[in-house]
Amino acid sequence: MVFLETFLSGTNQGLLWAIMAIGVYISYRILDFADLTVEGSFATGGATAAIIMTLSKDFVKQGSVQGVLMAVVALLVAMILGGLAGLITGLLNTKLKIAPILSGILTMTGLYSINMLIMGLGSGNVKANLGLGSVGTLFTKISEFMPIGRNWVIFIVGLLAVAAVIALIYWFFGTETGSAMRATGNNEKMAKAQGINTQGSKILGLALSNALVALSGAMITFQQSNATNTMGVGSIVAGLAAIIIGEGIISGKFPFWVRLISVALGSIIYRIIISFIYLAGVSPEYVKLLTAILVVVALSIPMIKDKVSKVSRKSKKDNNNTPTGSEDLANKENIATDSDVSEELRQATTQDGMSQTTADEDTQLAKEV
Amino acid sequence: MLELQGIHKTFNIGTVNEKKALVDLNLKINDGDFITVIGGNGAGKSTMLNIIAGVFTPEEGKITIDGVEVKKKKSAKKYSSVKGNANENEVDSAENTVVENQEDNSTVLDITKMPEYKRASMIGRVFQDPMVGTAANMSIEENLALANRRGKMRGLRWNIKKEEREYFREKLKMLDLNLEDRLTTKVGLLSGGQRQALTLLMASLIKPKVLLLDEHTAALDPKTASKVLSLTEEITSKDKITTVMITHNMKDAITYGNRLIMMMNGSIIYDVSGEEKKNLTVKDLLLKFEQNSDDEFANDRMLLS
Repeated sequence: MVFLETFLSGTNQGLLWAIMAIGVYISYRILDFADLTVEGSFATGGATAAIIMTLSKDFVKQGSVQGVLMAVVALLVAMILGGLAGLITGLLNTKLKIAPILSGILTMTGLYSINMLIMGLGSGNVKANLGLGSVGTLFTKISEFMPIGRNWVIFIVGLLAVAAVIALIYWFFGTETGSAMRATGNNEKMAKAQGINTQGSKILGLALSNALVALSGAMITFQQSNATNTMGVGSIVAGLAAIIIGEGIISGKFPFWVRLISVALGSIIYRIIISFIYLAGVSPEYVKLLTAILVVVALSIPMIKDKVSKVSRKSKKDNNNTPTGSEDLANKENIATDSDVSEELRQATTQDGMSQTTADEDTQLAKEV
Repeated sequence: MLELQGIHKTFNIGTVNEKKALVDLNLKINDGDFITVIGGNGAGKSTMLNIIAGVFTPEEGKITIDGVEVKKKKSAKKYSSVKGNANENEVDSAENTVVENQEDNSTVLDITKMPEYKRASMIGRVFQDPMVGTAANMSIEENLALANRRGKMRGLRWNIKKEEREYFREKLKMLDLNLEDRLTTKVGLLSGGQRQALTLLMASLIKPKVLLLDEHTAALDPKTASKVLSLTEEITSKDKITTVMITHNMKDAITYGNRLIMMMNGSIIYDVSGEEKKNLTVKDLLLKFEQNSDDEFANDRMLLS
């Protein structure tokens, strides 16, 4: 039972975080822009959703559909503010020519204060966190109408939200504007030569990416009934982990929508792993370290694989060469005709070829492990 | 017609590495011209193309495109700028205004300060590096679709229309590289020559006012290079595309085009067209080069070609 609960809560978290991972996928993979804004905009989304629910508490009739609608409005406003954060990073980078990483860090740092201001709205003070326990969230409001538990509400809403986001993103990157954005990330010089406003593409892409990140932050706030100023810390690494795990599941040629699904799956797997780490009694303080190590290992796999395959290929070749060498010596007594030599050469090469395929198989095995 | 007037471009101004790339460059490119450009390293050939394309903005001078410039409508503005200071070029070129000429109905567009991506609607480009002209992670048809929207609004319509595919296939057939059956292949899987041919097609898909070729065959093996060159000839002559081609191969410079210019130290030192150009030999060019050059000539790449 504990196992199943852990599994469900991990899946739920994974679904909600998947939206964030897709946002990171847009900046990191499509725009080729390492955007650290997400660490701030994630919390912006959470803070915005929390403050809207808190401030609207008195105007919304308890137990009515109004509460659900207000929560949806909160999600939308969170997305808009997240989009603005991305827009600022984009402007810093394109108009003021500040390096991508630094642009993101600057926005993220600024958001730290802004998020506290947002959570303090109406109270005349800045706040580092805002609880929704007494106010209710999207998920508690929905479960008032449903005969199912809150966890299942989260699962269903999360699944629908992720499906909608994937569909929307898939559609967008198939449009003229979206494919101009892909070209910008892939080859900026070419994009400019084809008349694409690459600065506009970057700004729009970052806004879109951070809008999704903020949406995810708002969802997580609803799930945890709490928004904090630091909830986004380490989120970029979590997003990257999801992307890398997702790319591990499907390696090779796949259509774009499968890639998006794989990112979502990566996020779910990642969160399930984290849930079980918690279940195993590892204290939360260590989880970020574990995550960082996990991502470092995952990112270095291609390099290690390359090295390993080179070494194994070389050693196999050496092994092969020694016996052929001794055979050569043994044959020396006979007068080798030309055809014999060529035959031998051919054998040697085929053996070589075989050793290469086995080396490839080895690396494939290593990858699967 | 595209015209460069008094263009100055200096890199790293005010540092020890200051380099005058273009010095008072004047060039009129007439419609239908196919100009080959030769000159040693650092002569300013590529800088000139980049100035036309909008990669760099010149410190002085202006670039206009199409027709004859008439200052009628702008007269009021002009006076005020003259009154203010003598730097009227700056003020003039600050806006990309279309000036209409009532008498001969031609229009002139000052594009000196127009951003690169906006200019792209009028200018097609092929680069020296075959990797630069195409998006490797996108398919052949996606690349062509991007090119087919050069200078047009990009909205939320689907990026490739069905009827476009047929059109692309037809165009690709012309390249004779069997690419017409590989529309969905990622461009990154193509060879350098194939990518360069594709870039050429993309640059001319929407007829540009000027096609700029920056040593576009230099990175290819000789056989592929000559194939791409003959494709260039075929495409430009078929659609009568005004072309400027930089080359390091003097034979090619003589064989192709109707006009040849030689650059040195940031200006044009030799401009020849018509019959005179047809009768040129590599020897003539070398001699011309020698006459105008200083000691740097000894280690110049031109000697080798």
